[in-house]
Amino acid sequence: MAGVFHTTLALRTALRYLSPSCTLTSAATARLLPPGSRKLLLPASSVQSGVCSRRLHAGAGGPTPSPAAAPDRLPFSKVTQEDLDFFKKVLPGRTITDPDLLEANNVDWLKSVRGYSEVLLRPQTTEEVSQILRYCNSRNLAVNPQGGNTGLVGGSVPVYDEIILSTALMNNILTFDGVSGILTCQAGCILENLSNYLEERDYIMPLDLGAKGSCQIGGNVATNAGGLRLLRYGSLRGTVLGLEVVLADGQVLDCLATLRKDNTGYDLKQLFIGSEGTLGVITAVSILCPRKPKSVNVVFLGCETFEQLLQTFKLCRGMLGEILSAFEFLDSECMRLLNTHLKLPNPITDCPFYVVIETAGSNPTHDEEKLHNFLEEAMTSSLVTDGTVATEDTKIKALWSMRERVTESLTHDGFTYKYDISLPVERIYQLVTDMREHLGDRAKSVVGYGHVGDGNLHLNITSPAKDPALLAAIEPFVYEWTAGCQGSISAEHGLGLKKRNYIYYSKPSQAVALMGNIKAMLDPKGILNPYKTLPDNLR
Amino acid sequence: MSGRVLVGVKRVIDYAVKIRVKPDHSGVVTDGVKHSMNPFCEIAVEEAVKLKEKKLIKEVVAVSCGPQQVQETIRTALAMGADRGIHVEVSGKDYDNMGPLQVSKIMAALAKKEEAQLVILGKQAIDDDCNQTGQMTAALLDWPQGTFASEVTLEGDKVKVVREIDGGLETIKINTPAVVTADLRLNTPRYATLPNIMKAKKKKIANVKPADLGVDMASRVEVLRVDEPPQRQAGMKVETVEDLVGKLKEAGRI
Repeated sequence: MAGVFHTTLALRTALRYLSPSCTLTSAATARLLPPGSRKLLLPASSVQSGVCSRRLHAGAGGPTPSPAAAPDRLPFSKVTQEDLDFFKKVLPGRTITDPDLLEANNVDWLKSVRGYSEVLLRPQTTEEVSQILRYCNSRNLAVNPQGGNTGLVGGSVPVYDEIILSTALMNNILTFDGVSGILTCQAGCILENLSNYLEERDYIMPLDLGAKGSCQIGGNVATNAGGLRLLRYGSLRGTVLGLEVVLADGQVLDCLATLRKDNTGYDLKQLFIGSEGTLGVITAVSILCPRKPKSVNVVFLGCETFEQLLQTFKLCRGMLGEILSAFEFLDSECMRLLNTHLKLPNPITDCPFYVVIETAGSNPTHDEEKLHNFLEEAMTSSLVTDGTVATEDTKIKALWSMRERVTESLTHDGFTYKYDISLPVERIYQLVTDMREHLGDRAKSVVGYGHVGDGNLHLNITSPAKDPALLAAIEPFVYEWTAGCQGSISAEHGLGLKKRNYIYYSKPSQAVALMGNIKAMLDPKGILNPYKTLPDNLR
Repeated sequence: MSGRVLVGVKRVIDYAVKIRVKPDHSGVVTDGVKHSMNPFCEIAVEEAVKLKEKKLIKEVVAVSCGPQQVQETIRTALAMGADRGIHVEVSGKDYDNMGPLQVSKIMAALAKKEEAQLVILGKQAIDDDCNQTGQMTAALLDWPQGTFASEVTLEGDKVKVVREIDGGLETIKINTPAVVTADLRLNTPRYATLPNIMKAKKKKIANVKPADLGVDMASRVEVLRVDEPPQRQAGMKVETVEDLVGKLKEAGRI
């Protein structure tokens, strides 16, 4: 499957690049920055001149652009003064055109992709979003819905001059029922703020991730974010009870039910969860929240081998059972980066693998007893060589930061190539070892960490600067390896811009074609977050 | 010298917890609230364990005063490397009214009984911020004191202490036996590792009552009322300087 796709893509792009004249329109060329700087923060010398420069990652030597590179700009309308007047009327004071203010919204968190939007809209109500989309649809203007801009696959920022529709000002909590634990809020609420609100009322959000201080719930739902608590509370597909979505033509789809059970017709909200802003703009969410646990413990363990780590997981599942709420791992390379770049000391002795286990329950004595029994068993059977336990908030946060801040430490190590892979649990670390062997000296660091309990590996490779040769060694090796185990090439990060064309490694073409049909039905003009999520060959 | 170090550890409300005042304003809510070892006491334990690891002293004894629950705090000290613990049982009204004077009397009595070479305490507790126990203990024993220590070095039968003071750092040399109180930069407390946590379960914690030590727990201080600090008012944005002046005049500030 993957092989066929690759040949087709190579052929098509080879044909496109045979003609000496660029496929850009002159107007588009004029808007672009000098060749090569577009989409990259690369030194100019590493770019080939004379050829269409829309390269995110140049292939090894030849003119074939990587499947991750942005496609040509589609023939959407350009924003005119009339359009700006309309927006300013609907959103007075919240229509932003100042390039300095737009800078942050045009670049992603990783600083790896850049858009050229000249308009940022900040609605406060669903009605305003509806008016904006109705107008943009009629004018054939492309729109990039944006939440906290913490996505890692380039899906949250414009590719060209799409209008940025930010939900940042839609940050009201609408209702909270203390008996059922059902929270409804606008899509722009920041996850950490929701957590704080709920904690005061003895509840917690069912998801938690490192980006909680910036990410918004609308974006979390649109990307079906996973996070650290998925092991215990399940995915958003189970905890989201209802959505309010504005469709491409401005229609407001009110599916904001707050019912735990409702089997009346097709479950439309599931279409929008994980749709990455391409099927509609989520404006409100109703979500089922679990009770705040009375007793939380975090354990940081060290294991000699990955096999022992997996055995520890099995033991953990058996002995901790229902109080287990997270099981994360990181390798010794991650520890080295945390020590070096963030000056975080190792809580225990150096080991090849580390595990972070969290328990959450309603009875401290019961939980501590279970935990101590588990730890004693793990130590005496030598599954674990060292470890430490935390019951107090400050220490718990300190231990969690060993896992949560790995992403941050990588940004200090150099240019990072990030892969978020779902694999059968017993094969997770094999990919890291194989990749290390495969890359040899070409990479600076190759690290593996992630939600081992969910079978989700975060494989990260760094190099001092962006290196097309290294990238060619990594891809498609990593995708083919994954496809070989029937894994997912994007477990939780989504496809966005960077991975849209790799969808065929994990989904059959029939399924992708059906996705295309659904997209065409809900967004016939394709104005919602174009160039993302679905592969280029569907158009 | 006995080579024995006494370390006082206090069980306090965890530093990350949001404190709530009881509805009757008699104190703060402690029921069901997360407690942990006072951070400065952790630093004190760490310093004592370090001295033992350097073979400069022979035994570390962790002491805590309070009800049954303080045994958890003593166990944490044991897991960090203390050899044995002493739980001074104080509960009920005596515990509510217990302050630096009572604790320092207890510590002084124990220091004499255990023939301690050194008493290491945290400089202050994060719940009452008294910063008195170390000083009172030294006075009751008529021992020298090295408070706000950011560095402690044993030199024969003397102790060199580098103290953090307002003007900078002061280095003093005092005779042992002495009382030292730990400041923030003295060290970074270690995580209690699993093997040590397991070992700690087997270490002894002796039970003692204040009366056994000849200490009178009566307090001369009575807490009249506890209130929350005033709520922080929201700020206000003004458009012009004239507005600002006007608002300030309205509020009677100028």
